[in-house]
Amino acid sequence: MNALPPAKGQVIGHSVTRLEDGPLVRGQGRFAADVNFPRQIFMRVVRAQIAHGHLIAINTEAARALPGVIAVWTHADVASIPPIPFRATRLQGLEPYCQPILAAGRVRYAGEPVAVVFAENPYLAEDAADLVLAEIEELPVLLDARLPPAEFAPGTSTEPAIVRKQFGDVDAAFATAFDVVALDLSVGRHSGVPLECRGAIARYDAAHDVLELHGTAKKQHWNRDEIARLLGLRPHGVHLFEGHVGGGFGVRGELYPEDLLVCLAALRLGRPVKWIEDRREHMVATNHSREQHHSLRAAIDAQGRLLAIDAVFHHDQGAYVRTHGARVADLTAAMLPGPYRLHAYRVAGHFRLTNKTPAATYRAPGRFESTFVRERLMDAIAARIGVDPIELRRRNLLASADMPHARQLDALGTDVVLDSGDYAGLLDKSLARFGWDALQAELRARRAAGELVGAGIGFFVEKSGLGPSDGVRISVDRTGAVELVSGAASVGQGVETVLAQICAETLTVDYRAIRVVRGRTDRIEFGNGAHASRVTVMSGSATHLAALEIRAMALATAAPLLQAQPDELTLARGHVVRIAAPETDLMSLAEVAAHMGPGSPLMIGRTPGLTAERWFYSDHMTYPYGVHLAVVRIDRGTGEIRVERYLVANDIGRAVNPMLVEGQIAGGVAQGLGGALFEEFRYDEAGQPLSTTFADYLIPTLAEMPALDVLVAEDAPSPLNPLGVKGAGEGGINGVGAAIASAVDDALRKPGAITTLPILPRQVHAMLPR
Amino acid sequence: MKSSSFEYHAPKTLDDAVALLARHAEEEARVLAGGQTMVPAMAMRLARPGHLIDINAIPGLDQISLTDHAMRIGACVRHAALGATAAPGPFGRLLGLLQHHIAHLPIRTRGTFCGSLANADAASEWCLLMVALDGRIEARSTAGTRMIDAEDFLLGYMTTALAPEEMIVAAHLPTLPPGTRVGFHEFARRAGDFAQSMAIATYAVAQGRITAPRIAIGGVVSRARRCPEAEALLHGATPDPALFQEAARQAATHAPLVEEDPYLRSLTETSVLRALTGAA
Amino acid sequence: MTQHHSITLHLNGTAHAVSVEPRHTLVDVIREGCGATGTHTGCEHGVCGSCTVLLDGEPIRACLMFAIQADGRQIRTVEGLAHGTILHRLQQAFIDHHALQCGYCTPGFLMLAAGLLEADPNISDDALQDGLSANLCRCTGYVNILRAVRAVAAELRA
Ligand SMILES: Cc1cc2nc3c(=O)[nH]c(=O)nc-3n(C[C@H](O)[C@H](O)[C@H](O)COP(=O)(O)OP(=O)(O)OC[C@H]3O[C@@H](n4cnc5c(N)ncnc54)[C@H](O)[C@@H]3O)c2cc1C
Ligand code: FES
Ligand code: FES
Repeated sequence: MNALPPAKGQVIGHSVTRLEDGPLVRGQGRFAADVNFPRQIFMRVVRAQIAHGHLIAINTEAARALPGVIAVWTHADVASIPPIPFRATRLQGLEPYCQPILAAGRVRYAGEPVAVVFAENPYLAEDAADLVLAEIEELPVLLDARLPPAEFAPGTSTEPAIVRKQFGDVDAAFATAFDVVALDLSVGRHSGVPLECRGAIARYDAAHDVLELHGTAKKQHWNRDEIARLLGLRPHGVHLFEGHVGGGFGVRGELYPEDLLVCLAALRLGRPVKWIEDRREHMVATNHSREQHHSLRAAIDAQGRLLAIDAVFHHDQGAYVRTHGARVADLTAAMLPGPYRLHAYRVAGHFRLTNKTPAATYRAPGRFESTFVRERLMDAIAARIGVDPIELRRRNLLASADMPHARQLDALGTDVVLDSGDYAGLLDKSLARFGWDALQAELRARRAAGELVGAGIGFFVEKSGLGPSDGVRISVDRTGAVELVSGAASVGQGVETVLAQICAETLTVDYRAIRVVRGRTDRIEFGNGAHASRVTVMSGSATHLAALEIRAMALATAAPLLQAQPDELTLARGHVVRIAAPETDLMSLAEVAAHMGPGSPLMIGRTPGLTAERWFYSDHMTYPYGVHLAVVRIDRGTGEIRVERYLVANDIGRAVNPMLVEGQIAGGVAQGLGGALFEEFRYDEAGQPLSTTFADYLIPTLAEMPALDVLVAEDAPSPLNPLGVKGAGEGGINGVGAAIASAVDDALRKPGAITTLPILPRQVHAMLPR
Repeated sequence: MKSSSFEYHAPKTLDDAVALLARHAEEEARVLAGGQTMVPAMAMRLARPGHLIDINAIPGLDQISLTDHAMRIGACVRHAALGATAAPGPFGRLLGLLQHHIAHLPIRTRGTFCGSLANADAASEWCLLMVALDGRIEARSTAGTRMIDAEDFLLGYMTTALAPEEMIVAAHLPTLPPGTRVGFHEFARRAGDFAQSMAIATYAVAQGRITAPRIAIGGVVSRARRCPEAEALLHGATPDPALFQEAARQAATHAPLVEEDPYLRSLTETSVLRALTGAA
Repeated sequence: MTQHHSITLHLNGTAHAVSVEPRHTLVDVIREGCGATGTHTGCEHGVCGSCTVLLDGEPIRACLMFAIQADGRQIRTVEGLAHGTILHRLQQAFIDHHALQCGYCTPGFLMLAAGLLEADPNISDDALQDGLSANLCRCTGYVNILRAVRAVAAELRA
């Protein structure tokens, strides 16, 4: 597995091992908590214990008096810092709902930062934080986004926006429909919950007049610009560094109050400031996600074909608008139609605030939810007209001939145009691979023997490769070493390996010899980070373009030295060779680079260096798609649901590294399983969070995993980028809620029984035939 | 999640340990055994003892002694030491069945049997075993040693009859005669989690009839409990599926659940039925 | 009352004399006192297993023990697995089978697996799966972790 395929450096499409792994398996990773600076002090956040109330007073005296405590701040100390902004979308008017870095007069969720303590060590900081007393006058709590909106502040309501989208004549479709199917569905509150909690370490380097922030992830450049703006600094004087990141999943690397607090403290207190979130904080402080309530109606014809969908949903955003603005609601609305032909669609997404931890994106945001909703709908239609759920889907799937298919909708400010796909083809492949027909017979036999078993399906369409642009700079130095600097970030997916593979493919060098730099604002001026399965598409394409340019430069430089024309030359084994005699190495990339140095006679009057920076632009996303199939067994005595077998088929256009793609999918399935059956942030009626430890918030272990099969398909390369790739980060999680709900219905022999996620043993047990 | 400060003691003898407990009783002195409950509780600052008396350095406390009819489990015997090989016959089998459900290996290598009793979690497998088999707790203080029946020891949810200045020195369990059938069932949401519901069933069969039936349930009740109605039904009856079904129903009907809840009742029935049916 | 005690931790064969408060957990002292940051914390309450180390050969949660309790004991962490440039077979298997993504859980899983395989080189597959269920991974879905450890177990059996 380790060996490189020999000739021509063909590395794209091969399951090579990862560049990242060496230090990580040796314990030499550098995660946030591993970053230390001399003279550092430690920050501890004091959090509201009450979900909603007026902040009357905060007594910090006892904390300040504790030896080893350096400072204690409340809102008054940071009042000059504006609230944390969000990334712009087309939706207007969210500004009044942003979160101040320390609660200002009012606390809106249990866990909201009300004060911070700085002390000589983390134990002391926690001792001191314990002594800070916040006096809060309780206000009524709003915990259900379906209830009528209340007042957020004088003049603003707890419904900052309604996301509306529409195409076709919905009312006409309903008026002439053969039948109407209506559903009420809910997805529970859960989130990414990476294994590493957040961390932020700031220090001000006066010698260079630079504020450094370590422990960052995902969106360094945007965060740098905003930190600079909020603190009144010049962006060039602020550098963000990404070390290793212990999982991102959407929640890590957003700009949170703590990031600004450590930066401000490093400037004001003149010492490096370290903050490491603990797990109980994480569960109330880091973005939650997913909680939505959906009501929808579908107009269908006699064959069960969709004519129109009329959907309303309530998105429970929690207490504040965070950096994503209303993205999850926007994506839910845009992606709900999925893979099906639809003539008319209307959706209203009520984006509402409640007294819970603020929410934002979690892997497959808006798609895990909308796939659950849409696929529940398809199952319900199948049941209504009495056809097999698979056949019903076949009748509705868009055909290859429909591609590209413009949805007449926008998502994240771009028009949704499904770029390529053979949906029915992948459905056939997955059913064949899973042995669907034989499975049905087997399930019948098991049912006859008294077992409660069933199979289910979820079809999904993903989105990936969000633009607008990404740049990559590749340099070859005079030793032949290749460095690739990207504005992307890595949250553990293997970005370095993938970019190195793409680069190695063109430069015909060993991918392991390429150093990939990412997540550093001091090495590249612009970047769009790592999210929304965009890295392989955007940075991968930019890498491809930059590598092509390096190749062209190398050949152009070598040609006169070799008395050849550039078009008679090519690269092989990292050397310039003649196309006509490819076995003979003529000049190494190192030698070429040496000829391109600043002292080289060839370079007089030109910019020296075998270096190229290239940008890839895209104004449309690409749309991977796939099928999830599940077999479940229900325990009659306990209502426990065991997922026995699972298949994910995912067409991602082209797999740069199939092993990494399969890894992404398997990880997604485990997280999806959590959201479908185990994980939930629960609250009591006073808004007190009940899932604040790993004993209450149940992440699946190996024992809960089904036997998993993954089918990575490359039938429909994306026409939108030179490699044909689509993102692979989110297909593994997207359809899990849908497929398991469908399978549980089947096992219960009650179509439509499952209307909420997570599906709890207690509820299933109550549905069992007595 | 860092513990508050405390003073640490590592006595070398039991006399020193109980003397320390007595001396610091006013300042919330607590015994530290495996730490698998104590340390997380302290990290969350749910417990803030002023003194921790670590009993791990006291020689002999990690001993298991086994006679023909009884096992004595010292205060530092780990869960991991109490697997199926710790004793021959049905008693060993039962230990193995239970141990497997207590957390995971890296917790079982530290957590202790007696610590579980002192902690008295409603879902503790070892508490259930003590109740099922009429075990006894050997408690010691500067005033001397006393033996407490498991039934009297477990007062309720995480409360025991142990006085603040007392510590558990050992637990005593009668073993099971050869031929006893033993069964256990537990339902937890995830592998290794605390049980939502669990049951132990043991019985012997003489001349085709059940003798010495013992049924105990945990998780669904505030402390492990026997099921006298079910035991009475089983006693002297011929084992068969209908009987087990009825016994399980009796156990569930009479269980003093933590709250009235049809689901918990049903789980109770399931656990008892499966413990009985699985008993071998 | 922050009384310090001098203790010695034998970490991967090297004695570290450190000064600790009784409340300092073993994982904190391994990381901060001994500077071995390969051992991670993911929960500090015993559930996730990121902090798994071997104490006198047995896997334990290093967040659920005070460092002072480990005075004089032998501790092995991920940093002690490789021999110089030669990786431990588990480390190599984790790379070959893509058993890590972010790598945060990896040191804990490696030490857990090392503990399981050292205790019983003939470990059954059921026991292996059961044992590996002790730790959480949020990235891999466990499939490849199991594959990697199975491959090493098979080598040991052979
Ligand atoms: C992730 C996780 C999962 C778990 N799952 C389970 C499970 O499924 N089932 C289960 O039963 N347990 C479970 N536990 C708890 C574990 O079994 C503990 O080991 C046990 O409850 C307490 O034993 P200990 O020796 O660790 O006690 P410690 O944590 O040292 O002490 C617990 C309490 O008992 C007191 N105490 C301990 N020993 C004595 C003594 N000899 N005399 C007087 N007081 C004493 C202490 O002062 C303290 O109050 C789990 C723990 C964790 C971290
Ligand atoms: S950090 Fe120790 S188990 Fe999670
Ligand atoms: S690889 Fe990220 S938590 Fe396991």
